Amino acid sequence: MNPMVDMAFLLVSFFMLTTTFKAAEPILIEKPQSQSEIKMPERGIATITVGEEGRIFFTVDGKYTRKKLLKMMGDQHQIDFSGTEQDEFALLPSVGLPVEQLPGFLALNPQQRKGVDQPGIPCDTARNELSDWVVLTRVANPGVRIAVNADKDTPYAYIDRIIRTLQHNKIYRFNLITELESTE
Amino acid sequence: MSMEEQKEKADWPREKPKRDKREQKGSIEVDMNPMVDLAFLLLTFFMLATTFSQPQLMELVMPVLPEEEDVEQEQPVKETQALSIVLGEEDQVYWYVGITQPEVHQFAWDEQRVRQVLEEAQNNMSELVLLIKPMEASRYENLIDLLDEINAVGIERYAIAEVTKEDRALLPAD
Repeated sequence: MNPMVDMAFLLVSFFMLTTTFKAAEPILIEKPQSQSEIKMPERGIATITVGEEGRIFFTVDGKYTRKKLLKMMGDQHQIDFSGTEQDEFALLPSVGLPVEQLPGFLALNPQQRKGVDQPGIPCDTARNELSDWVVLTRVANPGVRIAVNADKDTPYAYIDRIIRTLQHNKIYRFNLITELESTE
Repeated sequence: MSMEEQKEKADWPREKPKRDKREQKGSIEVDMNPMVDLAFLLLTFFMLATTFSQPQLMELVMPVLPEEEDVEQEQPVKETQALSIVLGEEDQVYWYVGITQPEVHQFAWDEQRVRQVLEEAQNNMSELVLLIKPMEASRYENLIDLLDEINAVGIERYAIAEVTKEDRALLPAD
């Protein structure tokens, strides 16, 4: 049995070291497939997630960036986020709330947060918070790349809103997240 | 009770420590099963939690929005060199060359046919400009598939454009 156990432990250590955990996605996204061969980098990516029904979620990696981002977002919208709120935000997987609902959301515990049905970040001509998130993320981390993660059945109108928002903020080069085509 | 039996009984407790000493000389057996169970449990957990397939990225470059004063400076595209592909509802694809009174072709999404159209355009038009016009109700997947085909064929001048009123007039009314 010993060789088998050795093997098992070897594999355990291998997987422990190589694993990067899947970030919890706020909603189920079925990615479209493509033959693109650019791998998604692990760092420096801000992701805009769009659900089938058009809800928008935003996240960026890096604890430090996120703390800074929340503080700036608060300044922009006259909300004062405390240090603990910033720490909580740094650990949050993805946000899909109008900014004024954030303090209440951050006060919940992780289990309760799962039960909250997030309405999505407002992104229309009257009120475009996605624009603020994107711009301030670029301020917090100038090297960040923007990626759009949309469900394959999303109507184009929702994607268009995002592309337009990015264009208005002088972001002309961004990425679309896809999955490697399984056939061929 | 015989004498011998009595002697045996008296000896018995004395012999026990002896046997213990003998046992200690031999190897100590540790039950490894729980440890192995745990090892395999962890192994399964990490195997399942690992992200094997990293998502792929597709790069998209959008044109700079024209400033209001230099709208007129926009370079006109030669009509014969402009291929428009409109992505419609329910996976319909419409395509036409030129802008005024073009002949509109329509088919349901089919990778082979899309590629054929793109390749033909690539071969016959030296200054091809491809305009992708996804309608509001078209699916995101079709856009991605189309971009994928464009990359595969190697067309470099393409843009995602808005569906204009003129375009809508060309499409069969639905």
